[in-house]
Amino acid sequence: MNSQDRGNVGIVIVSHSPKIAEGAADMVRQMVGNAVPLAWTGGDVDGGLGTNVAGILEAIEAAWSPSGVAVLVDLGGAETNSEMAVEMLAEDRRARVVVCNAPVVEGAVIAATESSGGSSLAAVKRSAEEFYA
Amino acid sequence: MSLDRASREELVRALAEAVIQHADELTGLDQAIGDGDHGLNMKRGFEAVLATLPGLADKALPEMLKSIGMTLVMKVGGASGPLVGTFFMELGKALPEQPTRAEFVAAADMAINAVKARGRSEAGQKTLLDVLVPVQAVLAAGGDARAIAMEAAQAADRTTPMLAIRGRASFLGERSIGHMDPGSRSVSLLIGAAAKVLEFEARL
Repeated sequence: MNSQDRGNVGIVIVSHSPKIAEGAADMVRQMVGNAVPLAWTGGDVDGGLGTNVAGILEAIEAAWSPSGVAVLVDLGGAETNSEMAVEMLAEDRRARVVVCNAPVVEGAVIAATESSGGSSLAAVKRSAEEFYA
Repeated sequence: MSLDRASREELVRALAEAVIQHADELTGLDQAIGDGDHGLNMKRGFEAVLATLPGLADKALPEMLKSIGMTLVMKVGGASGPLVGTFFMELGKALPEQPTRAEFVAAADMAINAVKARGRSEAGQKTLLDVLVPVQAVLAAGGDARAIAMEAAQAADRTTPMLAIRGRASFLGERSIGHMDPGSRSVSLLIGAAAKVLEFEARL
């Protein structure tokens, strides 16, 4: 089964700032409309700057696609918390979620654009990561 | 080591108080070389742990540690949540209910390796590993509670002249030199509190 049969790869945006996460998601929507499952999360559990595992898990669920989900993160804690969240997923889902080593805004836009063309999770991740290559 | 319910509750309260009472100090350290939220984050995490008492202390030691770790992972909100939380969770996974000292040393070793993997880091990069690794060496060599607490405090001090290579402080490059690593300070406080309650000679 290729990814087109299973829907496009989902995109999750994780930032310390909910405003950045939401704004990056707006930019993604402007590029790809509703062609790609998309969710964002930002802030700690008290609403301050930070990231939280529960919010990331919810976002992965919201953007879930059988083709997989690419997670775009900003700074250190966002990455560490995202990796923790991926490990807490059910085993059959864990292998279909990747955390990209890419800038959060540019990475999210290019990943979504790649996904909207029906590319695989690996191709979506590769495109996003070309920013740091 | 055999901890009855009262001792387990005493341990949880001591760990939480050590962090909560030093929250301002931890935030101050983090304002110097990080994003200034470490004290608040750790305080939030350990307040959430306290909120799971008294039920938390009803659990056997391994389950209690796993539960503490999961609460920290879910509540802390910075990288310290997964890092410190992973330590507690993996320690709980690796410990039998009444560990011998050798079993405790082996479990701590597994927990430290899990923290290294989680942070993709090693000792020497100005992180909490710079306290965990040398304290583990003292523990493995048979050091008593006093020696363990002293090594924890000194190891945190030794992060001051280090150059940060991992974590937010690494963005500052050489400006990270001259400030104690906040995560190391947190972990040294936790170890100091645990050592005091556990009194390694007597109970381990």
